[in-house]
Amino acid sequence: MKILVGIKRVVDYNVRIRVKPDGSGVVTDGVKMSMNPFDEIAVEEALQIKERGECDEIIVISIGAKQSQEQLRTALAMGADRGVHVLVDEQIEPLTASKAILSVAQSEGVDLILLGKQAIDDDNNQTAQMVAALWDRPQATFASELAFTDGKVTAVREVDAGLEVLEVDLPAVISVDLRLNEPRYVKLPDMMKAKKKTIDVKSLEDLGVTSGAGVTSLGVRAPEGRQAGIKVETVEELVKELQARGLVND
Amino acid sequence: MSDRDVIEFDVLIVGAGPAGLATAIRLKQLREDLNVCVIDKASTVGAQILSGAVMEPEPLDELLPGWRDNPPPILQPVLKDEFSFLTEKSRYWMPNPPQMNNHGNFIISLGATCAWLAEQAEEAGVEIYPGFAASEPLFNEAGDQVIGVRIGDMGIDKQGNPKDGFMQGVDITAQMTVLAEGCRGSVSKALIAKFGLDADCDPQTYGIGMKELWQVPKGRVKPGTVQHTLGWPLDTSTYGGSFLYQLDEDRVALGFVIGLDYQDPEFEPFEAFQQFKNHPSIKALLEGGTIISSGARAIVEGGIQSLPKLEMPGALLVGDAGGKLNVPKIKGTHMALRSGMMAAEHLAKELTHSGYDQLWRGSSSAAELHKVRNIRPGFQKGMWFGLVNAAIETVTMGKLPRTLSNHPDHEQLRKVSEPRLSPQYDSSKRSLEPRDRLASVYFAATEHDEDQPVHLQVTDTNICVTRCKEEYNNPCTRFCPANVYEMVETDGETQLQINSANCVHCKTCDIKDPYQIINWTTPEGSAGPNYVNL
Ligand SMILES: Cc1cc2nc3c(=O)[nH]c(=O)nc-3n(C[C@H](O)[C@H](O)[C@H](O)COP(=O)(O)OP(=O)(O)OC[C@H]3O[C@@H](n4cnc5c(N)ncnc54)[C@H](O)[C@@H]3O)c2cc1C
Ligand code: SF4
Repeated sequence: MKILVGIKRVVDYNVRIRVKPDGSGVVTDGVKMSMNPFDEIAVEEALQIKERGECDEIIVISIGAKQSQEQLRTALAMGADRGVHVLVDEQIEPLTASKAILSVAQSEGVDLILLGKQAIDDDNNQTAQMVAALWDRPQATFASELAFTDGKVTAVREVDAGLEVLEVDLPAVISVDLRLNEPRYVKLPDMMKAKKKTIDVKSLEDLGVTSGAGVTSLGVRAPEGRQAGIKVETVEELVKELQARGLVND
Repeated sequence: MSDRDVIEFDVLIVGAGPAGLATAIRLKQLREDLNVCVIDKASTVGAQILSGAVMEPEPLDELLPGWRDNPPPILQPVLKDEFSFLTEKSRYWMPNPPQMNNHGNFIISLGATCAWLAEQAEEAGVEIYPGFAASEPLFNEAGDQVIGVRIGDMGIDKQGNPKDGFMQGVDITAQMTVLAEGCRGSVSKALIAKFGLDADCDPQTYGIGMKELWQVPKGRVKPGTVQHTLGWPLDTSTYGGSFLYQLDEDRVALGFVIGLDYQDPEFEPFEAFQQFKNHPSIKALLEGGTIISSGARAIVEGGIQSLPKLEMPGALLVGDAGGKLNVPKIKGTHMALRSGMMAAEHLAKELTHSGYDQLWRGSSSAAELHKVRNIRPGFQKGMWFGLVNAAIETVTMGKLPRTLSNHPDHEQLRKVSEPRLSPQYDSSKRSLEPRDRLASVYFAATEHDEDQPVHLQVTDTNICVTRCKEEYNNPCTRFCPANVYEMVETDGETQLQINSANCVHCKTCDIKDPYQIINWTTPEGSAGPNYVNL
């Protein structure tokens, strides 16, 4: 089996997000960037599948600016075999990303596409679903457990009502949830070896994908700051305050 | 354990600050054949670097001649120097001391500059690995030569047992190890003690520097303005003052540096900084703005009389790991870059320690430190004496045949039984963020996995509840800018609680604790603050 894992470079989850003063986006200059945590789980899962002898090659793909190669290197240091970097400088939409991922998946002839359930920067939660639709192959999203048996994968999904078990035929697209596994630490010697692994750099044109502009961003705003609370002494006072704000009826 | 991975390099550099990166770049320029590796404990290069910073550019001109065409991301030429004395309500302009003349210098973010320097180093063929902390030095069998460092383990729980995913740290060995850990480096500290490198010099002395980067409302900032103040809110027995550097894009970098030879055990450095921000003249600039990032870092102040020997078998000390900062200028970046380049030039000839100390002491950097050697120690006798002494030393250009000596900071605290020296600060009238130290830690984006051994090792917690409580009233609960130390009562018994996850790696506790029982050690790699452009 051959697995393709998608990786996105995002603002690290520890960083306090700040909106640019002109409202055109969030500040990324000088800010710590990392691999999207869900993608790290996807990489870890691919490694575990390979370590069980159920996979021959893991390819990691990232679509983004030049610096995305840092995150690809991290995945290679974790143990992925090689990388594909689709170099784009502007922000792209989930649909464009899906087309690029699919194009690489098809030319590589992969059996499984593993993706994070969403990227923590835009929280779109769309790419896995779009790739499956474009590919016309089965999908299992929010997987928290995976098992493979002759050409099929059984996925336990975390849904609002509890856990749902799906069996899908390969090739398929799977998006992973937080509880699937705990990603490993990267070892220094592996980091050194990763520098020697290959990363193919491609453009969207190379993949025959045109970057669509289906969504226009009107602006980005920080949430309103919370108003300071007030202290009331009595229940009557509380009711009066609530009425004054129109929160309870007179 | 014998199955530990070992990696070999020709030269290993611990710390990707200006000193370490200058060493690496220069070494590769001179000797392409050498394998040069730089490690840093921060998650990315620059994320744990905190500086003012006004930089003298000459060393960069020497290291990377074309750098002005490919500059670091924050680079604001200094246009104006201002120096003033504060009282609670007023501000008195004073003549700018000659050491503080910044004509031709640049306001930078040292963190951002180091990230940029790291790119130049990688292009030159240096291997840089952030996220890996050197936990201890390695020695040859005879134990008389440094042969590298051990990287700390990952995935150990609080009790010291391996967790799932435990990863043993590797050993990195090298023919020469260059320690570029900056002020009060933990490996450097161990080696200075082991080889007695400070046997023939005065004790090292330090300050604590706190800094915030602000985004303020449009139109207030005059980019290129450099301001320093003395006076309020410090009492005259405490050495210190503020810096405020105005950047482009409506950003202001400001901070406060306080000598760790302060005497009042009740003094709270963090509170003094916050008080300063609420001075009418400063508040007017900040009000309505937000903090981008904040943090704290110790700064080395001992000067040439406290400089340890800079070499030992197998290793060198560069930058502030050795202690080369020029205090009257509050500048160490140019010295760090120069000492790194000098170390590289020395190693390029032969991979030996021998001769580096002499090379540095014969250099213009040593002469620069010699000239200003008596200025900082003069302030031990209070601010007014210090200022007069500084004027004399400046006029005579350090030629008076005397050298004032330094004393260990941790011995300077008076007992709580003696009268208080520092004013009590009233925090209730302050309106600017952060409210308190915990709120401030939030802007440092500091992160430590809570389930790991406490990296602040207190060797005798008994002293905390007995002698220290009585003599100094637990000053660690006040000098730590991140509120790591707390005395808490459980079941009627008072105990020291160490909130190690808040630590911003400033090293103040390691320096100022009066009994020298706090030992700052490296936590898991990548742990610690994640500063943005500090
Ligand atoms: C508040 C403040 C204001 C200052 N203002 C100015 C100014 O305006 N102009 C100026 O020129 N200088 C200024 N300085 C001084 C200047 O910042 C220092 O002189 C300079 O940073 C020293 O460089 P360095 O490379 O020796 O150490 P650092 O810059 O401290 O770099 C050390 C690096 O080593 C890493 N490290 C430490 N220990 C380990 C370990 N065990 N394992 C792995 N990595 C490790 C750290 O993460 C860090 O990245 C200021 C300092 C402070 C604190
Ligand atoms: S615990 Fe020590 S090193 Fe950490 S922030 Fe507090 S004083 Fe600084």
